[in-house]
Amino acid sequence: MAKGLRSIEIRERVLGKNDALAESLRSRFQESGTYVVNLVSSPGTGKTALLERTLSELTRDRRVAALVGDLATENDAQRLSRSGAPVRQISTGGNCHLEAEMVQSALQDWEPAGSEVLFIENVGNLVCPASYDLGENLRVVLLSVTEGEDKPLKYPPIFHSANLALITKVDLAEAVGFDRAALRANIEAVNPGLPVLELSARSGEGMDAWLDLFRNR
Amino acid sequence: MHELSIAESIVDIVAETVERRGAGRVAAVHLRLGALAGVVDEALLFSFEVAAAGSPVEGAELRIEKVPVTVYCPSCRIDRVLAGVQPLCCPTCGTPTPNVISGTELEVTAMEVEDG
Repeated sequence: MAKGLRSIEIRERVLGKNDALAESLRSRFQESGTYVVNLVSSPGTGKTALLERTLSELTRDRRVAALVGDLATENDAQRLSRSGAPVRQISTGGNCHLEAEMVQSALQDWEPAGSEVLFIENVGNLVCPASYDLGENLRVVLLSVTEGEDKPLKYPPIFHSANLALITKVDLAEAVGFDRAALRANIEAVNPGLPVLELSARSGEGMDAWLDLFRNR
Repeated sequence: MHELSIAESIVDIVAETVERRGAGRVAAVHLRLGALAGVVDEALLFSFEVAAAGSPVEGAELRIEKVPVTVYCPSCRIDRVLAGVQPLCCPTCGTPTPNVISGTELEVTAMEVEDG
């Protein structure tokens, strides 16, 4: 017995709920005067090291806070707490990315009062975080000089979705034969005109240009 | 690998529509998937089966319509379709352009349900 098929139009974005929640977070951050930065990269690029130094430097004259996403441990939050800035861990329980809902629930019982800048350290992953808006003002993709210049070509969505690229560990550039021109060309191929900063959280090289983004706000 | 949570969202969207419309068994779900959406279609197809199990969407076929990246070329002043996801420049004149017109879609467009 053949049954007839009937087509029903739906037209709904799959991540529509996440996007709507991210929008409401964005308005809430705007009202509280909080500038939100979403840091994305592969594991080992130096997000935590950068954030450690960034928080330590900025806490002198700015109210800053950080939310740190991690699959299982609280190691990063412990490291970052030493800066004196309020830090909250989001353990994703194995989830490979942060979603707006996780940010919202972390903020429910932890609202860093009057924060001017809130850094969100995403889970180390160059694929999945690209799809999830967290309500941030600035999405920063980090790439270290040790990772290979073709990363942007291998992971176009995340580089395409970023507002700023940071090339980290530039103190090691010479030792690893880093090809600056090739990386810049590859970034340009997936996100023409994307601003790029080069820095090293360890040596401090290039840190001022990065910190000025927040000092001058 | 976030395809499973994407698949769960698709199943939720379809199941809600089934409930709202009082529809029968779902035979197929149509999805528009942009090349820049960051979703792997094979992984999504597999995840969809898993996510649909035990739901009103169980057994439905996921039909993926792939959407290529289209950019606007400021030199030619026209939309151009790219063969891949990069480089983001006009395939005809080579001008780089960050202006992506389409290719980031991740949208459930329709479903097919059995009558009665």
